[in-house]
Amino acid sequence: MSNLSLVIQREYLERVRKKSFIITTILMPVLMLVLMFAPVMIMMFNKPDHNVIGVIDNSGKIYEQLKSTSLYDFVILDEPADSAIAHQTINGYIVIPADILDAPSSNIRLLMNGAVPVELESNLKEHISSIVENKRLLGYNIENLPEILEKVKANINITEVRLDKEEGESLSSSVSFIISIIMAFILYMFLLMYGQMVMTSIIEEKNNRVLELVVSSVKPMQLMMGKIAGIGLVAITQIVLWGVILGAVAALVMPAVLPADMMNLIVEQRTHGLDPSMIDNYDMINSISTLSSVSYIITMFVWLILFLIGGFLLYASMFAAVGSSVDNVQDASQLNGFILMPIILAFVFTTSIANAPNSTLAIWLSMIPFTSPMIMMARISFGIDMWQIWVSLAILYASFIGMVWVAGKIYRIGIFMYGKKPNIKDLAKWIRYK
Amino acid sequence: MLKVDKVSKSFSNHQALTDVSMDVPQGGIYGLLGPNGAGKTTLIRIINHITAPDSGQVFFDGHPLTQKDIVNIGYLPEERGLYKKMKVGEQAVFFARLKGMSKSDAVRELKKWFEKFDISSWWDRKIEELSKGMAQKVQFIVTVLHEPRLLIFDEPFSGFDPINANVLKEEMLRLKEQGATLIFSTHNMSSVETLCDNITLINKSRNILSGNVERIRREHGKGRFSMAFHGDYNQLLQNLGERIVFSELKSLETPDGLVPNNAVIKLQYDVSFKEVIDIANNTVELESFNRALPSMDEIFINAVKESE
Repeated sequence: MSNLSLVIQREYLERVRKKSFIITTILMPVLMLVLMFAPVMIMMFNKPDHNVIGVIDNSGKIYEQLKSTSLYDFVILDEPADSAIAHQTINGYIVIPADILDAPSSNIRLLMNGAVPVELESNLKEHISSIVENKRLLGYNIENLPEILEKVKANINITEVRLDKEEGESLSSSVSFIISIIMAFILYMFLLMYGQMVMTSIIEEKNNRVLELVVSSVKPMQLMMGKIAGIGLVAITQIVLWGVILGAVAALVMPAVLPADMMNLIVEQRTHGLDPSMIDNYDMINSISTLSSVSYIITMFVWLILFLIGGFLLYASMFAAVGSSVDNVQDASQLNGFILMPIILAFVFTTSIANAPNSTLAIWLSMIPFTSPMIMMARISFGIDMWQIWVSLAILYASFIGMVWVAGKIYRIGIFMYGKKPNIKDLAKWIRYK
Repeated sequence: MLKVDKVSKSFSNHQALTDVSMDVPQGGIYGLLGPNGAGKTTLIRIINHITAPDSGQVFFDGHPLTQKDIVNIGYLPEERGLYKKMKVGEQAVFFARLKGMSKSDAVRELKKWFEKFDISSWWDRKIEELSKGMAQKVQFIVTVLHEPRLLIFDEPFSGFDPINANVLKEEMLRLKEQGATLIFSTHNMSSVETLCDNITLINKSRNILSGNVERIRREHGKGRFSMAFHGDYNQLLQNLGERIVFSELKSLETPDGLVPNNAVIKLQYDVSFKEVIDIANNTVELESFNRALPSMDEIFINAVKESE
């Protein structure tokens, strides 16, 4: 076994075996899923109370049209309202004015024992308004009115069709937006977390003085690469595990949780596509079908991992150079700032990039290696030209090679420098040493 | 075994080594001496192939030193350090494998060493749970485990208590007996006299003294005598006059005359000691007159002074 692979193995196993790694790897996707499904769950389990609403219909024409729903029943009061409330046979009552059909605007009073549920108020308003409108229309004695009304009814739905894509493989903009923000965030988090891990672990080795013993068997460059590769593999392990967990949830849990009729539609959509105009919530069906398809998740993860590796290698070598040159984490803060700046900048840009994924700024930022991983993640779910992705990747990996060369030069000097807090100038000088 | 040929190394604003040459013969213990900041650690790093010299070369067994030779070298750095959070056994296996041992060999050899030092129970403990002295033992095992032909110890006695320092000394002598070559740097001159066969003394980046310890002491001890006598020390000095270049009264005669005066003198180079004994015999009552080899301490201090 070569020394490089021994170093990689040590770095990898030391971290993967840690309890904290195992816990975060399992908990994070669970947490993400809980956050995503929490609103749905709350809606499913937290059903509003059933209300009985008394009606005092002074016009005498509305009550017969009021339809009871699962949320509330309407009853004509056969005792005084006050005593009905006192006996708890009703939760509240409405008073409909006598001139409701004739007056240009009228006021219905809703009297409730306790707070008025928001949806009850708005539902009642719409419900009674439409009854009044219908009654008024009927008052004009138009022939065939019900048929006319049926024909007049509009059911508008917007389906986006990407001209540059095959039908059915594109998502609506709003879903793409959410995905791109999530992917950019994952990348941002990984670059920061694992990049800094490279730095602190080098500082620790230097502080422990174990470095000198290791470099007596391993070339400094090999040691640095081993560390970067080992920690990088940890990052990949984590993200692949997340992918597997999410994929498993999509493939196994989703069908069990979603209502059967919706699931049927999703399967239909996947197998031979649905006609958008036939289904009310086509957009949602399409999104769920795409998002929960294992192949889509794999495609996204492949891009994510390719950019993650490139970005990580680039930034990790910079973090390694800084880590090697200082004695403790506090001293690293200034140099560290130089590295963090582009990462944070790119992350700040992601929202605006996701809003306009094909702007000139977006294209440029996705070519600059320091920002490209995150910016590409923000753009990729919208479906962009393949050549852009490949060029961006090529630039990223080429810059990594250049950066590693520079970092290696700094590293081999830096690890033996104690006591002095170096600045950028010193680092530049070290690069030129023989 | 190891030959250092005109090695120079400079850092941004100071010269660490200037044309240092050194020839370490096969077998035996080689001392690398010098005040702090003389360049010892830099030289040791170059021999360990950790840093490259600006000019000059290092030969190992007659060929220029390469990365492959590293498996034949064991290194105990001055600043000891191991991975704190790693278990002792795993860690030792890791370092052994870096030196080219197979995993099973490493485990087998380690078990032997752990038993020898009576530390078998530490195998699954983390380094951070051990005391400094305990960690030193582990580090020593890591250094010698792969049975390297060349061992380099940088300040091996620093941080060891006297008992463990003695254990270490015995181990070093045992390794020498088994045919290994040892290089060690130190400030501890008494250990040089008891351990070293050859030395190199480095001061301010230069090799100022090299050679066999016995020869160096004899050379520096030429014309140097210790004498025990009863009588007047000042009168003796006066009578010897120009014939001696140095004299020092080490201890004074006791009033009851039981213990004599002790003094060390150094003769002018062309003066015979017979002549001096005659004068001394005529002046004081001489009890003994011996050749006095200087301690390595004295040689060290003198050599450093002379070179400056």
